[in-house]
Amino acid sequence: MPATTDIVRLIVNGDRHEVGVPTHFTLLETLRYVIGLTGSKQGCDKGDCGACTVIVDGEPTLSCLMPVWEAEGRQVTTVEGLATAAGPHALQDCFDLNGAAQCGFCTPGILCSAAVLLTRNPSPSREEIQEALSGNLCRCTGYSKIYDAVEAAGRRLLDAAEAP
Amino acid sequence: MSVKPPNSKSDLRLIGTNQRKIEGLAKSTGRAVYTDDLTFPGMLHGKILRSPHPHARVRAIDVSRAAALDGVHGIVTGQDMPTTYGIIPWTPDEYPLCVDRVRYIGDGVAAVAAVDEDTALRALKLIEVDYEELPAFLDPFDAASADGSTPYIHEPHKAGWNGNVTKMVHLEFGDVDGLLDGSDVVVEGEYFFEGTTHAPIEPHCAIGHWDGSSKLTVWSSTQVPHYLHRELSRVLKIEQAQVRVLQPLVGGAFGGKSEPFDLEFCVAKLAMMTGRPVKILYTREEVFYAHRGRHPFHMKYRTGATSDGKLTSVDAKILLDGGAYASFGLVTTYYSGQLLCAPYTMPAYRFDSKRVYTNKPACGPKRGHGSVQPRFAFEVQIDKLSEKVGLDPFEFRRRNFIGEHTRTVNELRITSNGFMECLEAVERASGWQEKFRKMPFGRGVGVAGSTYICGTNYPIYPNDMPQSGVQMQIDRSGRVAVFSGASEIGQGCDSVVAYIAAEELGVPLDWVRVMRGDTDFTPVDLGAYSSRVTFMLGNAAIDAAVKLRKMVQEAVGKSWEVRPNEVLLAGGWAMWAPDTSKQMPIREAFNLAEAEFGTLGSTGSYNTPKDVHGEYRGGTIGASPAYSFTAHVAEVEVDVEAGIVDVKKIWVAHDCGRALNPILVEGQMEGSAYMGFGEALMEQHVFKDADHGRAGLLDAPSLLDYRIPTSLDTPELESLIVESIDPEGPYGAKEAGEGPLHPSIPAIANAIYDAIGIRMDRLPFSPPNVWRGIKAARSRGSLVKPSRPGAP
Ligand code: FES
Ligand code: FES
Repeated sequence: MPATTDIVRLIVNGDRHEVGVPTHFTLLETLRYVIGLTGSKQGCDKGDCGACTVIVDGEPTLSCLMPVWEAEGRQVTTVEGLATAAGPHALQDCFDLNGAAQCGFCTPGILCSAAVLLTRNPSPSREEIQEALSGNLCRCTGYSKIYDAVEAAGRRLLDAAEAP
Repeated sequence: MSVKPPNSKSDLRLIGTNQRKIEGLAKSTGRAVYTDDLTFPGMLHGKILRSPHPHARVRAIDVSRAAALDGVHGIVTGQDMPTTYGIIPWTPDEYPLCVDRVRYIGDGVAAVAAVDEDTALRALKLIEVDYEELPAFLDPFDAASADGSTPYIHEPHKAGWNGNVTKMVHLEFGDVDGLLDGSDVVVEGEYFFEGTTHAPIEPHCAIGHWDGSSKLTVWSSTQVPHYLHRELSRVLKIEQAQVRVLQPLVGGAFGGKSEPFDLEFCVAKLAMMTGRPVKILYTREEVFYAHRGRHPFHMKYRTGATSDGKLTSVDAKILLDGGAYASFGLVTTYYSGQLLCAPYTMPAYRFDSKRVYTNKPACGPKRGHGSVQPRFAFEVQIDKLSEKVGLDPFEFRRRNFIGEHTRTVNELRITSNGFMECLEAVERASGWQEKFRKMPFGRGVGVAGSTYICGTNYPIYPNDMPQSGVQMQIDRSGRVAVFSGASEIGQGCDSVVAYIAAEELGVPLDWVRVMRGDTDFTPVDLGAYSSRVTFMLGNAAIDAAVKLRKMVQEAVGKSWEVRPNEVLLAGGWAMWAPDTSKQMPIREAFNLAEAEFGTLGSTGSYNTPKDVHGEYRGGTIGASPAYSFTAHVAEVEVDVEAGIVDVKKIWVAHDCGRALNPILVEGQMEGSAYMGFGEALMEQHVFKDADHGRAGLLDAPSLLDYRIPTSLDTPELESLIVESIDPEGPYGAKEAGEGPLHPSIPAIANAIYDAIGIRMDRLPFSPPNVWRGIKAARSRGSLVKPSRPGAP
């Protein structure tokens, strides 16, 4: 017997979506397998790794733990929504520049956590970065280059804000 | 950004500078495609039914109720693929799905393809398997001493042998016993290395597609597409030419995806049965069952030295707990001894290694395959010896340095060797002289060194073909296309071939396209394992690029009426070296070459030296075209009330030959040190025993319970690149992906000793284990800062 499906209305990266999903789907499953935004990754599907982190109403959120219904009517931003027509987000460019993404599988989730951090505090200390990323496991980098990238992006955002 | 490492003396332009990775922005914007990101019209979802018993006979499987479920399109069991496979051609002992015996909790017995995962899961519950439970071997010592009164895990190779033994290796070089007897000091130690797993953040995933008549396509998160290609053909009984393996980007592997797994055979077979694409994505729990992680090693070492600190003789006895299948175990058993003979010289060496099967998920290669465990034991032995002879552990290591362009006692050929520079770098950066034995009780520093291979001279299956190949095309647009079969698992090999193409052909980096990950149009590369890729693929890429460069130089030289070797290609231009104001855009240069030679393409390949190895059975294993070297210093603070070890910082110096892109090399060094740190302090692959649940059940198959370090756990890491410029490496490069892991663990163990005077000879250095050590030391009255070397 196939699962019951229903219609859910989502706002993802500013776009409105109205999609039919099985009622037990999470936000992550809906993003990846229904809407086709595969940037958000699934590393564990149970809230342990942070690869699925997206931003919901300004908060970093584990999309594998959020029933899709809970996202209805809220602003969802995924890694795909961080870039604009003008180019990649400072974080995205700095991750590339600083070698902060090796396999890249943790990267979308880390970028979402870091983006929220920098919105609140563009010049975080190392400890504050560590704290903000403590729910995002990275198995490749040892985190050092990720910290470098977040700091560089914060500086760039500050410079841009201060530019006349 | 273009920064050369401060010690670089090269005239290379792009090689040796920090560069972006070619897929870096795709990864940071969410565009990068991994296997599970793919879907196909009509695609079915597969699930695998797994054994609840550690050891049992499969008497019968009834799939009729599952097959009748609406939405189920296909079911396979072991009987549908009754051919054994194995990554090592001499030890094929696995079926894609178990045929008549299950050997660990989690072994696959049947697979279902259905319209969605929910339906497939429901179908699994309807499959009835009739098991006859057998006594299980969970302890390697029990497995080793089995007498056949209960069934062995595998059939013995010969009647009367113990079927639980995968491999035994006994090798002896020099007069081990005589030199030990004559040693001024001998240290004996017993060590235990707990098993650990890779835990890449991407779970394994595969998709099968059958075109309905003759062609099978499999997408997989594998790190060895070539071996997968071969095994699919063998097991499914279709020609290799009918099989195509595609490898999307891989979300981490570390050795955990370096052989075929049940899911790849199942998606292929199910696609052939149903005529529809089939995807299987492992759950995180299944990733833990698939395992192939680091073997638990029980090790005994006797190490001798003269009173002035020269190693005399080393004697090792090792039991490897292999889990249910052979995997790479034959090689692991050799590596457990073969890779210990540098960076120190030792006149005599013997090792006696035995790998046994147990009814647990199979162990295999994890970053630093087979040599991380003995390195832990040996570097702690050296620390103990240094203390006995009254030498600073740095000095002890220096006195035993093996040198460069030499042979080890087991006849491995060492070429370039920057180990002394590594020692010097970490000694200086860590402030060792001010810290060792001088910090207050509870704080300490430790040092360790190591070596690792840059690939192996002999491929996994014997053949004389190249180990790595690259194809390159340039065309009149200025674009360079590189066809590479190498496995991008995050280490940057796709970028490395692009850097090489840009360096040799003088085009901007973003004019290079790397076509990758498809056995249909890329030359063979054997895979991302044993730290072989940069060395071998890099040499193949240089070979291909230089052939094209020569054609362009010749065409331009002819047009300018100058000698071809005076034509420089760099930065998007062709220039005349004696007077670089004479120049033309590189695109025009390519046009001249195309007019002169026709359509422009070349192939390049690399094969290893086949005449450099020891003349004894096993002498080819561990033979590598070059060796990397590493030294670490770790600084720790130990809370003696709680048994908590806080690693403050790890300094890593690594001789990578030449850093083709320093930022990528540092990334490998930091990632390695991080991973070793996790194994030292946090990670534990624990199984339940009968007193605590179901015996043989993996205790913690999740990323919450299997504790890999978070950002808050990970110490500060400082990487110090050392370049020894290897004569055979591409531009002098060696490896950086695995070597830098090795010293993490012993450096931390030695630092704990410096801090509080207790020896941690068993992993992990978790609070309960450390606290037990503290308690024992307290009762002995030896919980004190050790005295300085040479102090009375
Ligand atoms: S996939 Fe959501 S936390 Fe791991
Ligand atoms: S880059 Fe691979 S997990 Fe973080």
